[in-house]
Amino acid sequence: MRERTQPANRWLVLAMQVALIAAALLAWEFGVRAGKIDPFFFSAPSQIGVTIGGWWQHGYILRDVYVTMEETLFGLLLGGGIGIVLAVLLASNRWLGAIFVPFLVLFNSIPRVTLVPLFILWFGFTLWSKVVSAVVLVLFVVFFATYDGIKDVDPTLVANVRVMGAKRLDVMRHVLIPSALTWIFSSLRSAVGFSLIGAVVAEYFGAQAGVGYRIQYSEAQLNTSGVFGGLFILMVLVFIINLFLQRLQRRLLVWKPVDP
Amino acid sequence: MTIISLAGVTKTFDSGYTALRDVNLDVAPERFVALVGPSGCGKSTTLSLISGLDRPTSGAITVRGKPVGGITDGVGFLFQRDALLPWKTVRDNVLLPLQLRGVGGEEARSRVAEWIGRVGLRGFEQSFPYQLSGGMRKRVALAQTLVYNPEILLMDEPFAALDVQTRNLMEAELLTLWQGSRKTVIFVTHDLEEAIALADEVVVMTAGPGRVKARYDVTLPRPRDIEQVRFDPRFTELYSQMWNDLRDEVLESYARANAAG
Repeated sequence: MRERTQPANRWLVLAMQVALIAAALLAWEFGVRAGKIDPFFFSAPSQIGVTIGGWWQHGYILRDVYVTMEETLFGLLLGGGIGIVLAVLLASNRWLGAIFVPFLVLFNSIPRVTLVPLFILWFGFTLWSKVVSAVVLVLFVVFFATYDGIKDVDPTLVANVRVMGAKRLDVMRHVLIPSALTWIFSSLRSAVGFSLIGAVVAEYFGAQAGVGYRIQYSEAQLNTSGVFGGLFILMVLVFIINLFLQRLQRRLLVWKPVDP
Repeated sequence: MTIISLAGVTKTFDSGYTALRDVNLDVAPERFVALVGPSGCGKSTTLSLISGLDRPTSGAITVRGKPVGGITDGVGFLFQRDALLPWKTVRDNVLLPLQLRGVGGEEARSRVAEWIGRVGLRGFEQSFPYQLSGGMRKRVALAQTLVYNPEILLMDEPFAALDVQTRNLMEAELLTLWQGSRKTVIFVTHDLEEAIALADEVVVMTAGPGRVKARYDVTLPRPRDIEQVRFDPRFTELYSQMWNDLRDEVLESYARANAAG
């Protein structure tokens, strides 16, 4: 058992974190104003703010975020769906598992980012080149989580429901899938993260809109404020998504003891 | 009359370990039979074979005169380890076997409510297993097994993980639930006291590979008071007789474990 210490005061922690961020931003800003930091290479918080404000006025931000989220969502659903179906098939059939799992391990070892230019070539600057880039990342995360989830199920649970009269499909429905679901939910946050990475990287290689496109476009113009601005938007996006997923996980896994 | 019969049953696992060798055992219906023996003597394997979860390497197992193939009908199994589904509430866990048998609606609801009440867990219907104590989880498992009214109960050291007080309580409760239920019970344990206190008949097995070494009738009157029965002179007498048999086997298995380790 882990010893439980008094948890730190939430608000105090939050206040200190805000103070830390403010201090870092101020140091950056004054470093630039004092001529110690070259704004050409490092920009400055005020300039980044101005850039983001400009994007907002032009209506770029909502459009970019919408496009990127659309790609991320499609990538997540498609990659997750394929991953789950594949895992259920390969985990429930000894032969299929023995034959195909090594291939998946092999594919998983390919640095997927290097495939993105290929997808652009195949699918053009469309939504689908981004979705496929996200899919090849998400698929493996979800596949291995689900596969392990089904394989690691406690044999006693299976024996118990079988004696109670469960057939193959019943075992699947009442034991294997719920067990795998817990792993899938636990992998959800990294799956969403990977989906976003896939989408952004593909945008970076060629797109007409999206946060990744915005970053790449700024970079091409040697506009460091634009690069940092894009990264900032990405950061906020991931932060909000994680907050939401944390809530979702807690609701879906009510039957699990809360980690101390 | 026999309800369960093992004839010349041998079980060798893929690892090459022989858990049972040439076991012969007949169980009369409605009897409470305890299987005792040192660890590794194949007690649990015997239960797996009777339930149909596992197949013997050779020999014949029949239940109600029919050879076992696939999962045996009308059997309930209480495991030593927790076997409740952690993602289902107490109610849904108890409901599951009925659901699997196609019992639904009002009948299922009332049977589930009845059994949750009988094991003393009213008010905990919506709890998840992790929110319950070890003893309470065993009660849920008991309700889950008894709710579909199996004719045969196979119990694999079900109370071994509980503290002594909870264990005595659970033993007493098991006897109350069993009394008059006309169920046949095979109860595996390594605890001789538990075996004598509960059973009509105690089967002592040899150190692995397991064989039947001796059988004793426990003639203590029923209903039994699980606490008081241990002070009955007949209890002590039976205990010392059986312990004589069991001791050799325990020493044997202990010596072997040491030699192997």
